[in-house]
Amino acid sequence: MTHEASAPASRVDIVRALRETAITALVAFGLLLPLIGFNTVQNIHNELVLETRWPLLAAMVAIIAAGRFLHAIILAPWLARQAVRKRRGEGERAGTRGRIMRFVVPFTLGFAVLYPVIALSLAGTQGAVKWIDNFGVQILIYVMLGWGLNIVVGLAGLLDLGYVAFYAVGAYSYALLASSFGLSFWILLPIAGCLAAFWGILLGFPVLRLRGDYLAIVTLAFGEIIRLVLINWVPVTNGYAGISSIPRPTFFGIPFNASDEGFAARFGLEFSPVYRTVFLYYLILGLALLTAAMTVRLRQLPIGRAWEALREDEIACRSLGINTTNTKLTAFAMGAMFAGFAGSFFAARQGFISPESFTFMESAVIVAIVVLGGMGSLIGVAIAAVIMIGGTEIMRELDFLKLVFGSDFDPTQYRMLLFGFAMVLIMVWRPRGLIATREPSTFLNAPRLSLLRSRKTEDAQPSLARERHG
Amino acid sequence: MSLASHDAAMMGASANASASASFAPILHVEHLSMRFGGLVAINDLSFAAQRGDITALIGPNGAGKTTVFNCITGFYKPSGGRIALQFGDPGVWDELDALTERGTRSASRGDGVLFLLERMPDYLVTQRARVARTFQNIRLFQGMTVLENLLVAQHNPLMWASGYTVLGALGLRVYARAERAAMDKARYWLDRIALTERADDLAGELPYGAQRRLEIARAMCTDPVLLCLDEPAAGLNPSESAELGRYLHAIRDEHATSILLIEHDMTVVMEISDHIIVLDHGQKIADGTSDDIRNDPKVVAAYLGVEEEEVAEGDVQ
Repeated sequence: MTHEASAPASRVDIVRALRETAITALVAFGLLLPLIGFNTVQNIHNELVLETRWPLLAAMVAIIAAGRFLHAIILAPWLARQAVRKRRGEGERAGTRGRIMRFVVPFTLGFAVLYPVIALSLAGTQGAVKWIDNFGVQILIYVMLGWGLNIVVGLAGLLDLGYVAFYAVGAYSYALLASSFGLSFWILLPIAGCLAAFWGILLGFPVLRLRGDYLAIVTLAFGEIIRLVLINWVPVTNGYAGISSIPRPTFFGIPFNASDEGFAARFGLEFSPVYRTVFLYYLILGLALLTAAMTVRLRQLPIGRAWEALREDEIACRSLGINTTNTKLTAFAMGAMFAGFAGSFFAARQGFISPESFTFMESAVIVAIVVLGGMGSLIGVAIAAVIMIGGTEIMRELDFLKLVFGSDFDPTQYRMLLFGFAMVLIMVWRPRGLIATREPSTFLNAPRLSLLRSRKTEDAQPSLARERHG
Repeated sequence: MSLASHDAAMMGASANASASASFAPILHVEHLSMRFGGLVAINDLSFAAQRGDITALIGPNGAGKTTVFNCITGFYKPSGGRIALQFGDPGVWDELDALTERGTRSASRGDGVLFLLERMPDYLVTQRARVARTFQNIRLFQGMTVLENLLVAQHNPLMWASGYTVLGALGLRVYARAERAAMDKARYWLDRIALTERADDLAGELPYGAQRRLEIARAMCTDPVLLCLDEPAAGLNPSESAELGRYLHAIRDEHATSILLIEHDMTVVMEISDHIIVLDHGQKIADGTSDDIRNDPKVVAAYLGVEEEEVAEGDVQ
């Protein structure tokens, strides 16, 4: 276990590894023989013919066996060593992590602010649009959604699987009000947020007496209801066809177009779509930072502490005179409001929305971001959003894989597989998310200094036992 | 016999407090009953807890003690009966019947307020009627720090001071002052339970005895007039139990808080209680001081499982 390996011990290890490999290969062979080894095809005479695929089967079994062997001789001892090291020097590691964290936040913020400039200087005016839009804006939308849902799931501990419904409410509010009344983006942004919050409260009233899994199911259903209403209420929402030519946001009244009144002409620049993209980037960056700032501020206030207390123990909250219904509703409304902001931004950016953008998959991705990031941690959620969404976008860029796997190969189709894989890994290694440490909202003895002082909890506490169901 | 002396004490207290009020306990439970389907957990229970007393509720397992607590603190809605709590001017007890008729939750006269707890939801029992409670299996916010636990307990005054979050979010001074006051109160209680050093540690990391003390301190941070403790000495060693007794006496003497407690540890109960009520099978079988209780044959029978006839005989003798 401790792997202070003397020569005979390591030989035994290899023997054991080989034995495990043999067993794994046998199991894999047994399983894959019917699945991969045999294949039925129709020939020209419409007859079913049994084909055998021995080379493929052999390759699969070999890959699995090799994986198992590597795991047994490299990964498992390494994990064991890690566990021992962790047990020895937890304090130091926490200390280093604290120092790194304090360095990471300003650096990341600076990078986020400078990102369009960097993209422009590296990729030129034409190439930068893709980088700023696909990576910057797209990731930031999910960062914002993740931070918004973090209030509901991470702080208040209410598992909401229909979060995308509020995103849809925000998007459709903007799209409908902007195209029928011609109101500007800046007026509609708060309105969309308020409408989403209103729907959050409306949903919250009947369902917040439910807890845990039951709440998750009802919110999931609510997400579907909103989507189905959007599909079927054709006179208003235009059904599957969606709403197109939604007015785009303007630079405080100056549109981004090629006309003389346009942004480029006014500022004496050559027209390029990149200006709008950069503007949108800073807009969503601002909105996301607003979400983060609100979360940080609310955590210092009684309402934020009540949310977290609610996550810890609802009955104890009630015994302390906290109106848990109202507390949950505010969390729900607050989360929904930020989804509404993000939704109206989404509609303004796309110029076209349809119910297809608001499927359950979106909710699942946002929940996955919050869970992967570590419930309640803003930094963790941001990292998870970058990995999940940035990862998807990166996969689109991996053209060289086509050379390896043939021109039909589309890496994005393996997205879900990889996400699933990532989820499993996170569940195994960091069951409480990438960043599982919780920063106390206030200190008595060592203000701000004890940032990550007593952080043994993360591993010391059995994490599963602490997740309350029902 | 014990009942008579108790009533006499009641009369004496009321004579001093108010001429008009016939009696002035802090909590008066009348004909309380609680049924879960066919199971009768509490059957026609009546008792009173005197202001400034430590009243103990004891009884064998399954006697319905925790159910009584849950009824008082609003976690259960009783099937029948009346639970009245009063603080301030005791003259308001005169309003009891009128209040019951009226169907509202509370009545006031001067600075006296009277509540019918069975009509209030659990959080209002703490917020308005100022009844705080602890739990048999400690219910701290384990993932939050000790200090945060004490601050969450002061949620309502802080919420009000922060203008339901709006003013607080803007960083107004009203809220800053309220928060400082809340911190001072937390500091006071941390000092009392000797946890100042560990204020920034997670509550779940504390040793068991300290968690018990913290839970009581947290309940006290809600400024209760009645503190309900569900087995506060469970799992404590003898020296910790003795310390708990001193702690509870100090709370009773230094704060305007009466204490109602459930306890199994007889040495603790006999030592610290001013008044003891014994329950068995949801019914009151004895009521009096520790000496009365110790010598009551029905109590002995309930605890040792003696047959009914023997009790009757014992009574005759």
